[in-house]
Amino acid sequence: MFAFTFMRHAFVASTFIALTCGVIGVFVVARQLSFLAHMLSEIGFAGAAFGAFLGISPLIGMLLFTLASSLLISSLSVERVQRESTISAVSSLFIGSGILFLALANQSSSYATDILFGSIVGISQSGVWQLVVLSLVVLLTIWLIFRPLQFDSFDSVGAKANGVHSRVIGIIFLILLAMSVSVGAQIVGSMLVFILLTLPASIAKALGHSMKQLLLISVAAALFGVWLGLWLGYLTNWPVTFFIALIEVICYMLALLVQKRRNG
Amino acid sequence: MTDPILKVTDLAMSFGEKTVFKNLNFTIDAGEKLALIGHNGAGKSTLVKLLIGLTHPTAGTITRIPLPGHERLRIGYVPQFRNLDADAPLSVASFVALNVGLSWRPWLSHQEKERVTQVLEQTQLTQIKDRPITLTSGGERQRAYLAQALLADPDLLILDEATASMDVDAKVQMMALVDTIVTQQKMALVFVSHDLELTARYTDRYLLISNQQLLTGSSKEVNADSLKGVRL
Repeated sequence: MFAFTFMRHAFVASTFIALTCGVIGVFVVARQLSFLAHMLSEIGFAGAAFGAFLGISPLIGMLLFTLASSLLISSLSVERVQRESTISAVSSLFIGSGILFLALANQSSSYATDILFGSIVGISQSGVWQLVVLSLVVLLTIWLIFRPLQFDSFDSVGAKANGVHSRVIGIIFLILLAMSVSVGAQIVGSMLVFILLTLPASIAKALGHSMKQLLLISVAAALFGVWLGLWLGYLTNWPVTFFIALIEVICYMLALLVQKRRNG
Repeated sequence: MTDPILKVTDLAMSFGEKTVFKNLNFTIDAGEKLALIGHNGAGKSTLVKLLIGLTHPTAGTITRIPLPGHERLRIGYVPQFRNLDADAPLSVASFVALNVGLSWRPWLSHQEKERVTQVLEQTQLTQIKDRPITLTSGGERQRAYLAQALLADPDLLILDEATASMDVDAKVQMMALVDTIVTQQKMALVFVSHDLELTARYTDRYLLISNQQLLTGSSKEVNADSLKGVRL
């Protein structure tokens, strides 16, 4: 399958997407931000439509919208209890705008389908480079803020009490999450990128006993899903996103069974 | 040991029109053991948050004076409540190590691992260091919170109702352990509690917030009769 250029591009892109989503997903799940990840995915669609309207790359449009909405959400919801309603309000605004931009951009319905559900044939060489650079920025930033991010994600009260700047860490994390959504949406589409941001990490949470195991299992589950999904998509000509979603859901169910059996 | 490490001057705190307290003046000396008492809603937790810098006062100043040779006053804080996920995959040791300090390295250095081991021993957690934090008893978990605070090697340790949810034996064991550690390491202690027996036994002086003001005296003199008229 690597004889085709688009498959080579898709393989490199999906590998970096899996690495990024696998790592950041561990913190998404620990910080109970799955709902936000889901909403950012949909906001990403609006961003891509905005990109089409302006005639710029969908990735840039997604980045603009997901970053702007993340910053808006973090500035509006100071308390955790306010967060869900703030996320709903902000995402409604952005998704509504996305529908408008798509209509104004006068793009075909296949363009919208590609944004929503992903397309492996649509990634160019320069697109792969953009994606790799963004992934590396996200992973390097996580590396640098790993200790305070880990403290704040697993013990927010203790972190604040011991001098961790939780608000700053929270904002940086939302920016990284927004970037990851934009990166991940390139292959699996904006509707289903939250699968890679939540399910591999949830599998890891069910099976792992330490932070190291969580990260390893989450990345492994994400890589397994995208690689097998790509191969099955290539063999059958069915959408890759369908296979990735199916594989991750099956792995998650199996992980839950293992966890249940282990806990008696 | 009479060097002040913390000086509070004309401190006032209000939330909107509600005044929690005003004109509070006191100092905490190095190695001093203090009890902070007062009825629910008197402002104990607000005062603690001000002392550690989590919030800012409406008026007044708090001066944190570093010990000789230190850059800043190090404060260890054991909060009353924690918000831990029931499935958090953290062992007792890795939970304690969360407070190991900043570094660009995600992993622990050899010295940091040794420091965690030392604190686990000090707080009698070595035997359960690999147990998931969410599967520990109330007393064990409270010791893990204490160990996490001790990891920063504080000059002042603040326990915010850390014994509130424990049975009598566990409370005494916990406070005996705290007393040994703060005495050995010449740490100052602020013990926020409603338990006057414990404060009399393990602290030297009390700070009582009542009617927006501060009263102080020897902890040994505090009992339910001596505080008649003061709602605790």
